Amino acid sequence: MGDDAMSRPLKRSNAPIFWGLFGAGGMLAALLGPMLVFITGIAAPLGFILAPDAMSYANMMAFTGHWLGKAFVFAIVPLFLWHAGHRVFHSLHDVGIHAGMVARLVCYGGALLGTLIVAWALLLIGF
Amino acid sequence: MSKRRPYVRPMAGWWRKNPFFVEYMIHEGSALFVAAYGVVLLVGLVCLAQGEAAWNGWLAAMKHPLALLFHLAVLAMISYHSWSWFKIMPKTMPPLVIGGKRVAPAMITGAGLAATVVASLILLGLVWGMTR
Amino acid sequence: MARTITMEVLRYRPEQDAGPVFQTYEVPFTDDMSVLQGLLHIKDELDETLSFRWSCRMAICGSCGMMINGKPALSCKTFLRDLAPGPVRIEALNHFPIERDLVVVMEDFIDKLERIQPYIIPKEPRTLEQGEYLQTPAQLEKYEQFSSCINCLLCYAACPQYGLNPDFVGPGALALLHRYNADSRDGGAAQRMELVAAEEGVFNCTAVGYCSEVCPKHVDPANAVNQNKTTAAADYFLGFLKPKGSRT
Repeated sequence: MGDDAMSRPLKRSNAPIFWGLFGAGGMLAALLGPMLVFITGIAAPLGFILAPDAMSYANMMAFTGHWLGKAFVFAIVPLFLWHAGHRVFHSLHDVGIHAGMVARLVCYGGALLGTLIVAWALLLIGF
Repeated sequence: MSKRRPYVRPMAGWWRKNPFFVEYMIHEGSALFVAAYGVVLLVGLVCLAQGEAAWNGWLAAMKHPLALLFHLAVLAMISYHSWSWFKIMPKTMPPLVIGGKRVAPAMITGAGLAATVVASLILLGLVWGMTR
Repeated sequence: MARTITMEVLRYRPEQDAGPVFQTYEVPFTDDMSVLQGLLHIKDELDETLSFRWSCRMAICGSCGMMINGKPALSCKTFLRDLAPGPVRIEALNHFPIERDLVVVMEDFIDKLERIQPYIIPKEPRTLEQGEYLQTPAQLEKYEQFSSCINCLLCYAACPQYGLNPDFVGPGALALLHRYNADSRDGGAAQRMELVAAEEGVFNCTAVGYCSEVCPKHVDPANAVNQNKTTAAADYFLGFLKPKGSRT
């Protein structure tokens, strides 16, 4: 490297955007992830602790119909996806699949697509 | 002529060679479970937006034994994520100084895990209160 | 009769070896002998062709870092008694090209050391008549741990991200960069930001954290790197608020 490395112009990294979303999602997943999985994946389907109709259509429409419920869903789902996408992107690099356009498209493109679908579904449910 | 011929060693399989790196790959791997859970919620939300029949279809799928097994696996891995997230936190955040003394790493990890327990109980209590 | 231990040493002699190969030595040792002393015994008594770097024998010069049973360590600070009955596997520091045997090529690190501007860039220039720069113990504590670095490169050998992408500035140099940024007398943080926030900078780190585990001086480079992620991110987003053209 030597002089080459010293004189090479530095390009600013755009990572702060993705790192910020990764951190926010990681924090939410760490704080609320286990209980959310327990509620939606185990307790509600089995009627264990919670009422068997806890996630009934009426309940869920009321929840996502409220702006607070909407905000919660719009924070949780997209940020989980951005968190996971960023981590998987780096893990691909770790196992030798280097940061190509395809990896970027799958990881961040997937998270972006998920975000748009969440927004669309929440708008469809209405206020 | 120079006899220099620096030898560059390959990186392939680096993470298998040290238990520290194996643990790192496991906690990074938790992201696959977070992603899978995010997609399950996403599909549920789309079903909800499509109407009662679609939503009930999603609910029925969630009761399938395989779905329950899947959620148990996700629960294990996302709990591991919580633990590793707060275990690393003393290294990733600026030093916390309270009363002129630097807070010990174990205290930061402990506070994070305690926050998870409190947030979880609040969340469960809210859901229980709103749906009973 | 002294005990003996088997030392398997990675040899690489560019004039005769196609690639590195292990060579085994039986080394007599006593409880007070370090791995470095074992290597010195090999060089003095068994095989004078073995090459390795060392100097102070007391964990302050930072010359004798190597992989000992797969982990980066100072060979002067690691004792054979703790590795008995062996065998002990010794290799050149990971992630660096091997120059010869246990000697690695470290030009890349020296370049990086220059690039971080590892000196105080005075916040306010003072003349001799104005006297010294004053600093309180609290201000000292902000950077003191990061000033303990001895450039032994163990953190680089512990960092898979450096191994995967040698353009990454890496834990040691970034910890030293932070040492100057965090110094109350220094005003160079803004001009060092260009490197911190660059594609070669802090965002290559995935918080593996092993660098801080192996550091013999408890510098905690992982913390230095991650604190700078926060400052670089803040600088990145605040940059959008500044008028065009004023961004670095």
